Parts: sequence; structure tokens; C-alpha cells
Amino acid sequence: MNTPKELKYAKTHEWVRFTSDTECEVGLSDFAQDALGDLVFVNLPETDTEAIRGETICDVESVKAVSDVYAPVSGTVTAVNEDLLDSPELINNDPYGAWLFRLSNVTDTDELLDAEGYEKVCAEEEQ
Amino acid sequence: MKTLFERSVAGRHCSILPACDVPLKTPDHVRTAPLRLPELSETDISRHYTELAKQTFGVNDGFYPLGSCTMKYNPKINEEAASLAGFTEVHPSQDHVQGCLEVLATAEKYLCEITGMNAMTFQPAAGAHGELTGLMLIKRYHELRGDSARNKIIVPDSAHGTNPASSAMCGFTVVNIPSAEDGCVDLDKLREACGEDTAGLMLTNPNTLGIFDKHIREITDIVHEAGGLCYYDGANLNAVMGIARPGDMGFDCIHLNLHKSFSTPHGGGGPGSGPVGCKSFLEAYLPGEKIVFADGRYQLAERGEESIGAVRSFHGNFLVVVKAFTYLLTLGREGVPKVAQNAVLNANYLKHLLEGTYEVTNKGVCMHEFVLTLEREKKETGVSAMDIAKALQDYGMHPPTMYFPLNVHEALMVEPTETESKETLDAAAAAFLDIYEKAKADPEAMHHTPLHSPIGRPDEVKAARHPVLRYHFDD
Repeated sequence: MNTPKELKYAKTHEWVRFTSDTECEVGLSDFAQDALGDLVFVNLPETDTEAIRGETICDVESVKAVSDVYAPVSGTVTAVNEDLLDSPELINNDPYGAWLFRLSNVTDTDELLDAEGYEKVCAEEEQ
Repeated sequence: MKTLFERSVAGRHCSILPACDVPLKTPDHVRTAPLRLPELSETDISRHYTELAKQTFGVNDGFYPLGSCTMKYNPKINEEAASLAGFTEVHPSQDHVQGCLEVLATAEKYLCEITGMNAMTFQPAAGAHGELTGLMLIKRYHELRGDSARNKIIVPDSAHGTNPASSAMCGFTVVNIPSAEDGCVDLDKLREACGEDTAGLMLTNPNTLGIFDKHIREITDIVHEAGGLCYYDGANLNAVMGIARPGDMGFDCIHLNLHKSFSTPHGGGGPGSGPVGCKSFLEAYLPGEKIVFADGRYQLAERGEESIGAVRSFHGNFLVVVKAFTYLLTLGREGVPKVAQNAVLNANYLKHLLEGTYEVTNKGVCMHEFVLTLEREKKETGVSAMDIAKALQDYGMHPPTMYFPLNVHEALMVEPTETESKETLDAAAAAFLDIYEKAKADPEAMHHTPLHSPIGRPDEVKAARHPVLRYHFDD
């Protein structure tokens, strides 16, 4: 399992890449894409949506099931990765390149985990 | 195999129409280019559909333990009753035909007795349609009380798969709550989720793990105390019908699947029928017309302004109700609970034969179905639930439900139903055990099963991402 050190993570398996103090990109972790299996649809949020940490922001569908994606932090959606609409497999192929959406005015970052903390969460779920 | 378009030969046809003997007048807006319909002889068409039929697998072909789908045998006497000219030659608008109204009224009475409800509508055409209708009743109830802040429906993770979708369709927000260790609803989590915004709870009991929730009265009480209503998804009624009633468990409204519990054809052999029943305080909101017996005859009565309005035309799939009614008359009061008992017995028998080899999630006695998990095998040998399901096809049986419920990894959900004999169950168990041995000896070979099906392993990812849903002409 690949867990880049420079990223932050949520317990709900989203990764967060800060591009400034108040802006970030959000995607699904390698652990998440592996557990979901081949993705076939991605529903992205609309821009200007207010993301609230811990609440559903969008969803992804794999050959197994539809799964909610939770906002790992709070903020305002400024952009979504429309390439994923036609090519959801990008998430499987390159989970840390395939960002889902970008946020500005980011707050509620206290519960984010570093790579080591997130790996522990994954290890517990494996059992 | 070839599609009808690929079999088509220009100029070939199977009926000769007489020359038109009225003057031909073509309005301007009519298309002049001919439709590109396939052209075939009757022989070709007949062989095409027979070939298609040979590639399908139904209850009449063999064992079909598709969990939570209750693929029981559909008795032929049902079809005979539904083919009677008195039923088939009636137009739905002939709503005074006493025999038809009597069937509907009596079926309503029997099904209300079985479920502990007070009234029922036959309009919904299938289970999910029934769910939507039932949720609309709940919505109407809160609206008419001016309780408009109730916008959340609680759905446990062991509930039926369509519940969250139906709630969202009805405009509710879905609140998912996890199951406790024992597979039942986690009462603490339920209490936490309940509040002033709770519109209701949707529950399948027994749930998709085949467990009858022992706290059922407590569950419905918690929801009622918070001001919400309780909806019973009838998907798993086969395990308890004639023995325990949703109405007595504290449910306010329900749907049934006549194509599951009441032996009418399922899936492509349908259509389905998903009647919705409710307690008296919700009756005024039901869709369609009410059938009443007054002045010595059956009559139709309007439901009034509080009704949610029609959800389908007339009385839904009427002939399906005739089939289910025939089934009830065949079984009688004594037969209905026997169905449930035998369904539970069959599930436990098969579970017992498998549980020394396969890991079963239900630890004690199960209800009408049980769930196997291949999580350990997947990790250790790479053999997945999908591999086992595919391998079963080579033994002449339909695979169980796969990858559901979602709270069990590598799940296979097995529901044998009451209409299978001990010999069939023994043969199925032998197939399961044989496959397990083969998987242990040669895990790699499992990925190549089935070997004898017309279609082996379709590319599911490609089918979902790039479905081809129509024929494309070459030119």
C-alpha cells in the first residue's frame, strides 16, 4: 500500500494535499481504491458547494457498490476534476494524481492524520 | 450468438398483408424513410428466441439460491387461474366486474391479516416502487401535521439495498447506522441518530444477514418516541409469514413482494407487484381507489384529498395479484406458516452442511438465509466470492447473491427457499464442498471458471463504463 508522507489523510480514506495554508486538493487513498475495486462512475460535487468535515460530499461507484466520499476538512469547492467523469479508472491507476476536487477557505483540519497515523487506521481495518 | 439485426436478410418476412383497399393518404408529418427493422422469417425468429432461452437460467432449470430474492418455485396453478378469461378479457375500466373486485378485496384482507396491517394498495409495480410509495405515506403524515422539519430516514447497514435509493428519491436524507457485533441494529447508535429531524426508519426483519432482530419492539419504540414512523421492507417476509407480523412488531407501513414471498414470477418472468400496507392512521394517504363492500356488492370509493395520488394506473399488475391470491388459497391458513418454517429449515440445513468448511457469519440458528464470507480465502489464496460463484455455475446451479450485504467482505448470501427438496440441498452442498477442495488444491484454476456456461466472465468494468445498448449499423 502506498501512503505518501507529504500528504494528510482522513480516517474515512480521503487524502488532502495542501497547496497553501487555506487551499487543498482532495482525493481517495490507495487503500480506498484497492478496497473499492474497479471504479466505474464518479459523482463530483458542484463548485461553490460548502464542504463540511465528516459529511458526504460526493460518491463513487465501483463494480461492487456505491460509496460515499466524506469531506476530510471544511471549505468551499473551487474546482472539480472533470477528467474523472469519463475516466474513473484514473483513480485506480494513480490515486494520488487523480484529485477529486479543490477547496479554499479550508478549516477543521485538526483531525487529519499524517501518513503514519493513517497507516495504523488501515491496519486496524484489515483485521 | 447473433442479434436479430445480424440475422436479418433484406426482403425476408413472415406475414403477407392483403393489399390496402382504402385510399392511401399520408399526412405531411409522417416519416418517409423506412424503419430499419430486422427482416426475418418466422422460423428464424422462433429459433433466435429459443436459442436465447437456452442461454438463460431460471427456477425451472435448477437450484437458484439468490439471497434476499426468494426465488421459490412458481406453481403452475397460479398461471392457470390468471389465464381464466374472466380475468384476462376484462378491461381495467370495467371496474364493476364483481369477481375481479372480490379477488382484490379478499387478497387485501388476507395480506393484511398476514402482515398485521389495516389497509393495502396494489398499485405499486415492484418492491422499490412500494418502498417509494410507503415513504410518500410517511412524508404525507408529517406534512399534514405541519411537522415539516422531519427530513431524515434512518437505514441500518443490514437493510435491503434499495432502501437508501428510495429514501433519496422521496427527497429524504439517508442516515446510515452500523450494526452491532451480533448483526442486529445497534440500539445506542439508533438512539443517537433519532431526533426531531427523524421522519422514519426503514428496516428488513429478518435482515440481510438472516437474523431476526431480537430488539425489534425496542427499535420501533425508540423511533416512535422520537416522532418518526417505522417502515417494514417485506423482502424477507418469507422467513416469518404466518408466524410473526410486522404490524405487531410496531411497524406503521410495509411493502410486500408478491414476486418473492407469494410465488409469482420474478425478474424477466414478471411483472412484479409490490403492494403497500399501512395502519389505519395512514389509510387516507394511500394511492388509488379503495374497494368497499356495500349494498351486497363490491364498489370502488375515492380516497379523498389526503391521498398521495395515483402511483400507477388502475389496480397495478392485477393478474399478478390473481396469482398470489391463488397461492394463498392453495396454502390456506395452515400452509402459510409452513412455508416460513420450511424456508428456515432448508436454510439451516444447508448452512449446517457448509459451515465446517466455509466461514458462516451467522453463529447460531439463521432464518431464511445465511451469509458466507470468503475474506480469509481471498487473502490467503486469492480465491474470491466471485470465483466460487462462477464455479457453481458449472454444477448446474445459479450462484448466490454476491458482495452483499456490504458489511460483510467477500460475501455470498444463500437463500434456498422452502420449495427445494433435501436431495437438491444435498447436491448443492456437495457442489460447494467440491469447489472448496478444488480451490484449495489449485486456486489459479478457480479464476477460469465457469467452463460450461454460454458466457463465462464478462468484462464487468467495461460493461459498466462503456455499455453498448443499441445496435450500430455498418453504414
